[in-house]
Amino acid sequence: MVDRGRDPARTGGVPPRGRNSGLADVARSEVSLRSFLLGLPGVDQVGAELRAAGLGARSIKAAAKLWAIDTAISMVDLTTLEGADTPGKVRALCGKARRPDPADPGVPPVAAICVYPDLVPFAKAALAGSPVKVASVATSFPSGRACLPVKLADVADAVAAGADEVDMVIDRGAFLAGHYGVVLEEVQAVKESCGPARLKVILETGELVTYDNVRRASWIAMVGGADFVKTSTGKVSPAATPPVALVMLEAVREFADVSGTAVGVKVAGGVRTTKDAIKYLVLVNEVAGEAWLEPDRFRIGASGLLNDLLMQRYKQRRGAYAGSQDFSVE
Amino acid sequence: MAPRFVYAPAPESRAVVNLRPSYGLFIDGEFVEPIDGGQFKTENPSSQEVLAEVSSAGLADVDRAVRAARRAHEEVWGPMPGRERSKYIFRVARILQERSRELAVLESLDNGKPIKESRDVDVPLAAAHFFYYAGWADKLAYAGLGPGPKPLGVAGQVIPWNFPLLMAAWKLAPALATGNTCVLKPAETTPLSALLLAEILQQADLPAGVVNIITGAGDTGAALVAHPGLDKVTFTGSTEVGKQIQRRLAGTGRRLTLELGGKAANIVFEDAPLSQAVEGIVNGIFFNQGQVCCAGSRLLVQEPIAESVVEALKRRLETLRLGDPLDKNTDIGAINSSTQLDKIRALAASGEAEGAQRWSPSCTLPERGYWFPPTLFTGVVPAQRIAREEIFGPVLSVLTFRTPDEAVEKANNTTYGLSAGIWTEKGSRILHMAARLRAGVVWANTFNRFDPSSPFGGYRESGFGREGGRHGLEAYLEGSLDG
Repeated sequence: MVDRGRDPARTGGVPPRGRNSGLADVARSEVSLRSFLLGLPGVDQVGAELRAAGLGARSIKAAAKLWAIDTAISMVDLTTLEGADTPGKVRALCGKARRPDPADPGVPPVAAICVYPDLVPFAKAALAGSPVKVASVATSFPSGRACLPVKLADVADAVAAGADEVDMVIDRGAFLAGHYGVVLEEVQAVKESCGPARLKVILETGELVTYDNVRRASWIAMVGGADFVKTSTGKVSPAATPPVALVMLEAVREFADVSGTAVGVKVAGGVRTTKDAIKYLVLVNEVAGEAWLEPDRFRIGASGLLNDLLMQRYKQRRGAYAGSQDFSVE
Repeated sequence: MAPRFVYAPAPESRAVVNLRPSYGLFIDGEFVEPIDGGQFKTENPSSQEVLAEVSSAGLADVDRAVRAARRAHEEVWGPMPGRERSKYIFRVARILQERSRELAVLESLDNGKPIKESRDVDVPLAAAHFFYYAGWADKLAYAGLGPGPKPLGVAGQVIPWNFPLLMAAWKLAPALATGNTCVLKPAETTPLSALLLAEILQQADLPAGVVNIITGAGDTGAALVAHPGLDKVTFTGSTEVGKQIQRRLAGTGRRLTLELGGKAANIVFEDAPLSQAVEGIVNGIFFNQGQVCCAGSRLLVQEPIAESVVEALKRRLETLRLGDPLDKNTDIGAINSSTQLDKIRALAASGEAEGAQRWSPSCTLPERGYWFPPTLFTGVVPAQRIAREEIFGPVLSVLTFRTPDEAVEKANNTTYGLSAGIWTEKGSRILHMAARLRAGVVWANTFNRFDPSSPFGGYRESGFGREGGRHGLEAYLEGSLDG
């Protein structure tokens, strides 16, 4: 197994993870990785779900709601991942990303556009000069069922086309078979291929099923060099859920405590309403802490959510709902 | 640095509650003026604002209430078939649900508890108790107490201020289902939700005299439990008063159930699900500001993880939101009374004086009202008062242990025995520990969870008798589950 901590050059100048915390030892062998993961405290399902539901009952009103809506907009990874995607569709989405509400320049741009690798050049061109990043899924998204060289070629293609961020999928089959080292090595290899691009590691929690698995997979991703851990591809149900986000937010907080490196969290799939988005912001605030309340550390992968955020923003500011045709549909 | 995400105030509206300036006693289906009692005021403990004037029942009033209950038992409620009784009880349950918001707001106003608790715990559980026991009313022959178990007659019921409506439900629902009639005495500082319940009983057309609700202070309660016209006395409250009642009733032949204090151990093993254990510790001791008889007030944590658990607890306590009980985002409300606040302050001071280390998160207490910050004591040893006496406030004493046997020994080293908690991922250890803990309720990987179908009650100085479940029927019927 590759020990990333030993060779800073291979990580593109990024300081090795956990140099002074013993985390480098975790990745030293299959045995050390396995005993580390199985030694993590368990997650009690009932308790985790109760806590997430409790935080979901927070009541966010007035100025707090306005702040939350604008913050959520700035955290959206506006996504289209369909077989039917075309350059035209992507350009339309990029227009929306730069300026979500043409009638109101006060609306912040979204964080990123998320597309398949072959559409990265079109997104890049459409977003030139804007702060909006281009994220590309890769590694044989969404199933990840390909050999490593194919996955790495997929990553290299996206990065060469100008992707600022790469959303990879982990090998869930390897994870569920207990081959944690295989999962880690893939994350490490992809991180290397990313070069300067930031890496989001999709766990596909709907296929991992248990919260214990979510926690372990989060740690593998973080030790492997993830800049973000991400819940889902959006192609599997259930996608993001509040308790899954809770477990991942706890993991990134603990990882930051141990390693000094802050990893972000991205929830993707199933976040459709402003109410849902605000619930996630409350989770971020009270579980990971307010330092995670920025687009560098928290993202929401969605498509339909953005118009609901705009609609609620309009309502909060003007006291009446806008019509569904008042916002553009891409 | 200023916080980024400041939750704007989100208060539940008070408009839903229709407070009267003064309340009489609820006797024989009517609100009446006291004969030989007086008036007292009940206040909002979070602001010290007077909410209403309430009547205090004197000896003649107590007597009138017991007679009304006796008449109702003999003429109406006793002879009524169980299936008919159940209809009334179901109706009460449904009205509780329909008026749940009103009840929750009133409970938070009078008690000081956060609206999220009155809304999500107290009121729904109260309704659930009526639903549960309504279902038993026509099935008593199958309760394991013989083919035709008979009601005892008239029950005198004295309840505390920590869960005013819920305790009324715990007392009334099984008594009514089994064919008994009741005289209920709510606590002096929290009479209002019981008086609203009286209105709900009227709305449900419950026959006159079946439930009588008489308000007042300790002397009213003492007069009630000593009344010779009762067949049954149930009391939930302090161990000290419980002992007085037991002495008073000795030799009278009247049945007694006592649900008293506690000093529960919440035991966290090194293999526990730590994040959830931290939540459980917080819920165990800060739920209802720790004013819970089964609160997990002694944290027993295994030494290898003691430091990290305390650190995680401190981090978590920093996120607790203390303030206006009616704000939907409030986690910690007000202490119920100045008397209780004084008691908590005195015990916390003893903890410091006896050498334990005191810690509270940085939170500002409101200027008016009765408030105490969430408080942790570390470095606690078993010989300190804060490790032995019930504080009944948001104060957690942290102790450590090394082995399961030591945990059992320390957990049982108390005069109480109401509840306990075990946190471990090892199922066999849960069973091993539960069998050895002398506590009426043992929670595994959770704490302070209640259900009407689950019996609740204590060992030793925590009292005797069970409330809830099939066992809860036994307290109001002739015969016993053992025989």
